[in-house]
Amino acid sequence: MNETQILEALTQVFRDVFDDDDIVLTAATTAQDVEGWDSQAHVNLIVAAEMRFGVRFRTAELESLHDVGQFARLIESKQRGA
Amino acid sequence: MNEMDPLSWLPVHTDLGAAIGEARRASAAPTRLAAAMRLAGFRRDFTLTGRLDRLAAEELDRIATRMATAPAGLTPVRIALLASHTVDHLVPSIRVAGLCRGVAAAVHVAPYGLYRQALLGADPALDAFAPQLVVLALDAHDSRLQVTLDASEAEVDDAVQQRVAELRRLWKAARERYSARVVQQTLVPVDLPLFGAFDGLVPGSPLAVTERLNAALRAAARAEGVLLLDLAWQVARQPFGAGVGEPVRWHQAKQLVSPALAPWYGELLARIAAGAVGRSRKCLVLDLDNTLWGGVVGDDGVDGIRLGQGTPIGEAFSAFQAYVQALAKRGVILAVCSKNDATVAEAGFAHPEMTLRRGDIAAFVANWEDKASNLRAIARTLNIGLDSLVFVDDNPAERDIVRRELPEVAVPELPDDVAEYAARLAASGYFEAVSFTSDDASRGRSYALNAERAASLSHATDLDGYLRGLDMTLAASPVDAAALPRVTQLINKTNQFNLTTRRYTEAEVERLASDPAVVALALRLSDKFGDNGLISVVIARPDGALAGDELLIDSWLMSCRVLGRQVEEATLGALIAAASRLGAVALIGEYRPSGRNAMVAAHYERLGFSSRPAPSDAEAGATFWRLDIGGAALPPHFIKVVST
Repeated sequence: MNETQILEALTQVFRDVFDDDDIVLTAATTAQDVEGWDSQAHVNLIVAAEMRFGVRFRTAELESLHDVGQFARLIESKQRGA
Repeated sequence: MNEMDPLSWLPVHTDLGAAIGEARRASAAPTRLAAAMRLAGFRRDFTLTGRLDRLAAEELDRIATRMATAPAGLTPVRIALLASHTVDHLVPSIRVAGLCRGVAAAVHVAPYGLYRQALLGADPALDAFAPQLVVLALDAHDSRLQVTLDASEAEVDDAVQQRVAELRRLWKAARERYSARVVQQTLVPVDLPLFGAFDGLVPGSPLAVTERLNAALRAAARAEGVLLLDLAWQVARQPFGAGVGEPVRWHQAKQLVSPALAPWYGELLARIAAGAVGRSRKCLVLDLDNTLWGGVVGDDGVDGIRLGQGTPIGEAFSAFQAYVQALAKRGVILAVCSKNDATVAEAGFAHPEMTLRRGDIAAFVANWEDKASNLRAIARTLNIGLDSLVFVDDNPAERDIVRRELPEVAVPELPDDVAEYAARLAASGYFEAVSFTSDDASRGRSYALNAERAASLSHATDLDGYLRGLDMTLAASPVDAAALPRVTQLINKTNQFNLTTRRYTEAEVERLASDPAVVALALRLSDKFGDNGLISVVIARPDGALAGDELLIDSWLMSCRVLGRQVEEATLGALIAAASRLGAVALIGEYRPSGRNAMVAAHYERLGFSSRPAPSDAEAGATFWRLDIGGAALPPHFIKVVST
């Protein structure tokens, strides 16, 4: 998957987790831009993304996931490495 | 479709996400709840489960705040989670699992880590919530026992007992404050071995301490009538890998259970809640060909079916039968529903390697009718609801039809390999128990005797002759300590022959039974075929809304396996005798429709009571009845009544 495809799939993950089909993500989207993106939802997003993309995030990486671009790039690099 | 999936027994939907999206468009909240109930019965991960919860949320909240009544098929239950680990992310999964198990769950989460304060101090929010179930969801990180690694066994035991004593105080508080049923979660062993296998030989090693604490918790829970959410055992045998006690989730959010396993945790808790309100299933209905034995008895002949020692497949079917028989021995009723000629199906039971016996089967239906009709007939024969049935069939088409025709019947998916049948049935948890009495152990025999009685009825020329010939004796005695567990069990699981469906904890029953102004009778029926056990309970008490010399029949319930035997008539006689000893001049009967007890709507009328107005504080829809004790012409019956 390239970054565009990942962003598309990630958008669906966000829509499912927040049960909101109107969510549109860009690389710059942060927690401030999405209603309900609190710390509990953050864990849900991480686990849902792990399940969707078949990757595992390391504990050290959890702190770097502040915007959607970082999410997508990390997934992309993990998939490439896998 | 394998045991790696935590909800392996649920069927897979072609596109559950789209179905939820479709259902969300319905404007009426009850319609959305109905859709959520239907869709919750499909395989779902935590994200889909969260979406289903949102679909149901508005109506569930309205039910919890009594702005709406629960639909038929759901019993409202208020569950308080008092936890030492994060549980907020588990709430949607608990509520959605409840929808699968007949429970409209309202879930209150006490502030993180403050479970002691919630129960021993003041917690107005918890008071206002008035929980019916209090779940102490604790983990091994919490309140570490102060024992050193080189502590002796006695020192460890001492610390364990202190901790258990503390928890007993919390259980007591929950019972006394809220009359709640307590559910104690066992501690998942999260510690790593320090020595290796040698940890088991070091009493003070963290793993050994947790194990000892769990054993002590189970013993204390048994003594106090507390239920277990035995997460430690569940985790030990769950084959789907990490997800409980994952270090990364603990460090990130103090989650003992990962969101990925939230639907599984929700299931474990919801089935206990369902059991506590009488929503556990009672009867296992089995297909025959390729379910109980390999092959098709009609084609292969009795000698051709595969069963028993010698081949892997034969042994696997025998192992499944052994598990089914063990379930019967703990009180699950067995039935057979097979597309076969009756004589051919019966012949299968003559196979020398059969573990199950024909006498283990309470209702045996083999014909060429559709299975939905036959399942209805089985429920009718056994006098239980369709929502008490679990149907096990290797044929996916049959499972699909039954799910569509009879959504009340639970139909677990079966794995491709018969070697996994028993594990799948166990994982489905449909028979979750909240008690076990000697009556359960003899239930299968009792239903088999019923079949003999039915046969004897068809030989008798008239009903009176049949009933007289049964030589029935009804023993009526005050509810005492020995009868308490079974009485409480009947009160909490009887749905159909239950006039008021008031549920009581063991402590509440004990309080009623020890009140000298209250009549609390336990009734046992025996006949020439054997002992039916404790089959009915009647509680009558003074009530502020009635005259001082009137007794309100607070509860009257009876096991449906003695229906049509005139036990009600005989019970009335015993009740009148006990009531007049207390100086009462009239009995006031109450019928509260529950959606499941229509069979007793005319109970009091049939017994000669006359209709009377409802007291002002009565529940809407309830009807009230009066019988003057002095002038009562008691209905005739053929039962000898012995009062003690």
